[in-house]
Amino acid sequence: MRKRAMGAAAHLAALSALAVAVTACGGGGDKAAPSAAPTGSSGATAPAAQGGKLVIWADPNRVKALKPFAEQFGTDNGVTVEVKEISKDNQQVFLTASQQGSGPDIMVGAHDWIGNLVQNGAIDPVNLTEEQKAAFPEIAMKAVTFNGQVYAAPYAVENIALIRNTDLAPDAPATIEDLVAKGKALKEAGKVKEVLCLPVAQKGDAFHVYPIFASGGGALFGATSTGDPDPKKVLVGSADSVKAFDRLKELGEKGEGALKTSITNENYIATFAAKKCAFLISGPWAMGDVKKGGFPYDITPVPSFKGGKPATPFVGVQSFFVAAKGKNKALAQEFVANYVTNKDVAKALYAADPRPPALTAALQEVQAADADAGKFMEAGKNGFPMPAIPEMAAIWEPFGIAEAAVVKGGDPAKSAEAAQKAIDSSIKN
Amino acid sequence: MAHDAHAAADTRRGPRPRREVTTAFVVSRVAVLAVAAALLLYAAPPLVADGSWVSLTLLCAASAGIAYLYLTRRFVPAKYLIPGTVCLLAFQVFPVLYTVSTAFTNFGDGHRGDKQAAVSAIETGSVRQAPGSPEYALTAALRDGELVFLLVDPKTKQVQAGSGQGLAPVTGAQVGVTGKVLRAPGFTVLKAPEAAARGQEISKLAVPTSGGVIKANGLSRAVEGRAALVYDAACDCVNGEGGPWKADEARGYFVNARGDHLAQGWQVNVGFGNFTRVLTDPTISGYFLGVFGWNLVFALASAGGTFVLGMAVALALHHPRMRGTKIYRIALILPYAMPSFAMLLVWRDMFNRDFGLINQLFGTNVDWLGQSGTARAAVILVNLWLGFPYMFLVTTGALQAIPRELTEAASIDGASPWYGFRKVTLPLLLVALTPLLISSFAFNFNNFNAIQLTSEGGPFPAESPQVGATDLLITYTFRLAFGAGGAQFGFAAAISVFIFALVAVISAVAFRRTRKQEEVYA
Repeated sequence: MRKRAMGAAAHLAALSALAVAVTACGGGGDKAAPSAAPTGSSGATAPAAQGGKLVIWADPNRVKALKPFAEQFGTDNGVTVEVKEISKDNQQVFLTASQQGSGPDIMVGAHDWIGNLVQNGAIDPVNLTEEQKAAFPEIAMKAVTFNGQVYAAPYAVENIALIRNTDLAPDAPATIEDLVAKGKALKEAGKVKEVLCLPVAQKGDAFHVYPIFASGGGALFGATSTGDPDPKKVLVGSADSVKAFDRLKELGEKGEGALKTSITNENYIATFAAKKCAFLISGPWAMGDVKKGGFPYDITPVPSFKGGKPATPFVGVQSFFVAAKGKNKALAQEFVANYVTNKDVAKALYAADPRPPALTAALQEVQAADADAGKFMEAGKNGFPMPAIPEMAAIWEPFGIAEAAVVKGGDPAKSAEAAQKAIDSSIKN
Repeated sequence: MAHDAHAAADTRRGPRPRREVTTAFVVSRVAVLAVAAALLLYAAPPLVADGSWVSLTLLCAASAGIAYLYLTRRFVPAKYLIPGTVCLLAFQVFPVLYTVSTAFTNFGDGHRGDKQAAVSAIETGSVRQAPGSPEYALTAALRDGELVFLLVDPKTKQVQAGSGQGLAPVTGAQVGVTGKVLRAPGFTVLKAPEAAARGQEISKLAVPTSGGVIKANGLSRAVEGRAALVYDAACDCVNGEGGPWKADEARGYFVNARGDHLAQGWQVNVGFGNFTRVLTDPTISGYFLGVFGWNLVFALASAGGTFVLGMAVALALHHPRMRGTKIYRIALILPYAMPSFAMLLVWRDMFNRDFGLINQLFGTNVDWLGQSGTARAAVILVNLWLGFPYMFLVTTGALQAIPRELTEAASIDGASPWYGFRKVTLPLLLVALTPLLISSFAFNFNNFNAIQLTSEGGPFPAESPQVGATDLLITYTFRLAFGAGGAQFGFAAAISVFIFALVAVISAVAFRRTRKQEEVYA
């Protein structure tokens, strides 16, 4: 119809427009061609490509490691498997896309998303057999269990630990007091600039300070009857937590100078790698930079206060989720429950990004080649799975601000109370 | 569109022949038609795939309309109005309407989908494996063309056929080492690719049993499960554990007698709920005036400061005796040419007390972003640095347009340079630049990046962690809407409407005053 109109107008403009339209069509055809080609060629190797397509979304680190396994799975089942890279705001992107019906079949992400993904109806439970469950450490299974249902297949476990420069500090400190004393001695001797590299920044960092806070007796949530965090019992402002904030104040800028707001997420690893502090509290993601520092190091659990409670770090579990609105759920379940829980996949993912594998068998093999993985795992053995309940979102910021305030020398009781109030009011809404 | 304007200028200049085909005319026509055709080609296939025929019809009609408009000789004014109108509708009117309509809902985490989606999520999420039931090895097979499950109990190796009617024993089946059925009389066993092709059918098939249903779990296993929560349309409630959970249409949740709610909710209309929350919540309204005051200071200081600094530099470079102006200009534009995201982060690190360049340079030990006064000064300084090159550029342009005779005449009449500047140059500059100043003000009023990437709104007083010293309305409300309670799009939209109204009022007043001023000087 449009071509006829153009013919009627019959002048130069129309001709050019026609030319553009034709080239545009040609362009569209060209674009369509390559996407059709792989389907055709994979159809040749795998007889029934009509099985459709399985779409996996992962962060950039993991895409490359997943690809060969995804392709293998595709050939075995006669489907095309596409692994797509999502680099930012993965959880929100997944939720929005799922809602629109353009989401993936499988999502790779952290276990503490589960609460929010479940309340948005974005993921389905994953049914693992007793045998499969037994292949994972208890803490990994606990982390991916929400409301009594397993919602993901874990593949890596990560937590923070104390990494120390053994040139500067040959012995692992038994307590936080020992750590601070050693750090201060090194600082006075001019060997280091900072007592401890632990990010606080102007807004605090609940994730990194949590082991010390827990050792001081502090807590975020009470527990439900099943042992899960109870959103109705926020304990940030409780008397015990105030005491823990007081301990943080003692370590802070007006006290021992071990915790400082000038140490941030951007500079804490670099400062340690540049030998400007002897102690670093961080996770497996720091190891690349630490190794570049070129000095001997050791990884031990975060120590606790003398006579204090255990310094339990948060444990994060990287997992595979089955999207509830995926187009190919049977295949997605098959991939997540029966294929990913396989040692080789776990090892390949470890090679791509060294976070200790969740599968005990894979960890044992990895450990033989790289002791760090086992040491991190050991440091997180008594850890506390990061609460996956949606209410956890309300904790981070007020807690962090209270932390930063006491580190700067503010009043622990007032800061904790204000944080509790802020958390309560946002949970209520 | 630029070509269109060109063409317009061309036709106006000429003696207006009936039709003159200039290059600009052809190019502009082709450009508009190409854009329309490209949009159609881009958007049509997904719409067809989706079956959205109404949208497709609208799209085709719009494309045809545009094609007709630009191929016919008539409707000349419409040719110039349409591109702008389309952009206005797409980029201004539609987002505003969408934001306003979202403001009346509870759209956000936990309330993203509709009720049906919530019910299905609740039911699927509550399916638990029947205690003591076997984890069957599953083989998908066909019996007379109908999909059935061949289920092997891993302990007893007993084979059963499961269909929509229930379970039936199968005799004579051959079971492989993996526990899958290799062949069975009367059944066609599906190979892996064939089973994968029927993935959707397989996930749908539910084999009823006495204790619940057997459903596939992937392609090679099946489990017997039972939904702990089941929706009952008769009472509009969910029965089961902790229930009955009654649907609360005002909140978009299933609520039980104890006041607890199920995690999965749905999107409902909440009327003015979000707006009243903004006005009545003490953690919002209580801090509003303080944040608003600082927000005004920040926007005025940013717009005014960049203008004064940019103009001062432009005037200095405009002086006829100035040498090397090109080099100066290039150097001055640099901050503008660098990506502001990166620069803001660099500035943030320069303000770090122990590791930052500024303290090291001056030998000070100021916690720049840790105290409200210095943090405010710091963010304004950063914004000044980022913004003045732009003002310098536009002022330079405007200065070129002011004839030198005017200032020369003023000085011959005995006016001091300052007096001449104040009475001649500045008013003429302001006529050209006031709209830019107003838009700069409006931009800085909502300058999210300048705050979020440097101070993140901080420092936060320990006694009121909700609001920081450098928080603008936009950063403050962003945290309220997306920080603590997950994403709350409905609430965020309501706040946006408020901010929109504020900026609109301020800008409208400012433009009205400008018009008066222009009348004076014109």
